[in-house]
Amino acid sequence: MHRSDFPLLAASPGLHYLDSAATTQKPAVVLDAMREFYETSNANPHRGAYELSGRATDRYQAARERVARFFGLGDPDCLIFTRGTTEALNLVAQAWGRRELEPRDEVVITAMDHHANFVPWQQIAIATGARLRICELTPDGRLDMDHMRELIGPRTRVVAFPHVSNALGTVNPVADIVALARDAGALTVCDGAQAAPHMPVHFDTLGVDLYAFSGHKICGPMGIGGLLGRRTVLESLPPWQHGGDMIQVVQDEFSSWNVLPHKFEAGTPNVADAVGLAAAVEYVDGIGLDTILAHERHLLALATDRLAAMDGLTIYGPPAAERSGVLSFTMADVHPHDLATILDADGVCIRAGHHCAQPLMRRLHVPATARASFYLYNDESDVDALMRGLQRAAALFAVAGSASD
Amino acid sequence: MSLDDLYQSIILDHNRRPRNQGPLEGADREVHGHNPLCGDQVTIRLKMDGTTITDVRFEGSGCAISRASASMMTSAVKGRTTAQALTLFDNFHELVTGAPPAGTKLDGNAGTPGMSNASGESTDVKMPRELAAFAGVARFPLRVKCASMAWHALREALVG
Ligand SMILES: Cc1ncc(COP(=O)(O)O)c(C=O)c1O
Repeated sequence: MHRSDFPLLAASPGLHYLDSAATTQKPAVVLDAMREFYETSNANPHRGAYELSGRATDRYQAARERVARFFGLGDPDCLIFTRGTTEALNLVAQAWGRRELEPRDEVVITAMDHHANFVPWQQIAIATGARLRICELTPDGRLDMDHMRELIGPRTRVVAFPHVSNALGTVNPVADIVALARDAGALTVCDGAQAAPHMPVHFDTLGVDLYAFSGHKICGPMGIGGLLGRRTVLESLPPWQHGGDMIQVVQDEFSSWNVLPHKFEAGTPNVADAVGLAAAVEYVDGIGLDTILAHERHLLALATDRLAAMDGLTIYGPPAAERSGVLSFTMADVHPHDLATILDADGVCIRAGHHCAQPLMRRLHVPATARASFYLYNDESDVDALMRGLQRAAALFAVAGSASD
Repeated sequence: MSLDDLYQSIILDHNRRPRNQGPLEGADREVHGHNPLCGDQVTIRLKMDGTTITDVRFEGSGCAISRASASMMTSAVKGRTTAQALTLFDNFHELVTGAPPAGTKLDGNAGTPGMSNASGESTDVKMPRELAAFAGVARFPLRVKCASMAWHALREALVG
């Protein structure tokens, strides 16, 4: 469905793009919006005392309001634009962690975290002497909530976790984690990179203190994403980058900081990409996240059933009905990297590797998995192509096996 | 580009039954290779007698191309001198990338028949025929690293 809205897909009828968890394709409306911004409204926002600069400022603000609405965030100033999830999570770990964490404090993350959440917290724990605690997983790839309950206690200062796992597709129980963290008085930070594209996220009722996302996984351009936060939390954080736009007054000896969101947006902002992201969420809302979710669930269930029926295939993570958009698997005797090359020869794009989740791969006892991920523009023909490719790979390697045995 | 060029039967055979795989007791040198892109790992261990590689084994995990390459590399360099192994490295590099490696030639004459390096060692060596199976890799630029990982580890073990 909607394939014709995407110029790259429309131009490549034989392409089966099954790597939307890494980045999505971009609809023409997004590309048009960015071009239109540069052609009609380009100037440095906030800085020029002329009408054109005012227009750029307005477009930037309108984009912020539109994206905030997508996330059910009532106060658009509590959306900080960043380069993406990675930058948003680093912002929190640096700004909050450097000031707040002390030896004996504890930081709770999870074994299914993307390196974008894992490494910033690991490093800030090393730098401050805080203790990093890692919530382990159940055998079917869910967070072990009994372990989570054990870990979260009086020393816990922050609980940082993914809404949806990029490597397994597991959807985590945000409300339960928030309840545990809140009882302990800990900050909650949620990595929403894999949830925001696929399910309605309503920040104001979700309960977490801070939420990170990437625009390029929601049909938006690369280079923009954001951090959503509660006003009191964001106001209490010190800035993490210094420069233009984020200051109020600069004296020789000290400076004071601008209000939200500018305090966290030092330097010339990425207006064109923000405009593109606003167009992207408008596009996604136009189709409807409930529709997208139902469509993906159907493809995921179909693909999971068909793969599960193949010999030698292992599928990781919880049952299809409880996953979001992602199908992670291995084939006996065929390395994921070889699978990806064989599928690529038929125009099927999948990811092979550790999915920026090496701690998870170690726990699964595999060096890598293959991952197919689905989005609104995929259909059953993509599942068919995936199956054909896997059968071809099995045949190629099995023939070699029998010849040499 | 055809998959059969990449997955030639000899490559699939070495992947399935790697030669010289496993630990090497009393190794003189050990180097670890890693491809961060896909997480492939290889450890190369060498026993040396002077400049001659008397034994070589590998361990690790990786795709068919990297396993087969490590297997065939170990077979190719066992019993060779350091200079000869480095010539094979250059030749292999050229085979899979279509270009000679920059700045890796020994005195600028490695691989030239009948030549020797500054210490008078012969660098002359014939490329084992089976290595030609990797020529297809040149058409799969994303896989060149897989094919060359074990060779790079070998080179590091030899020249540091
Ligand atoms: C769960 C998760 N967290 C974080 C990231 C990092 O996002 P980005 O690279 O856009 O900053 C990704 C995507 O790669 C992801 O899937």
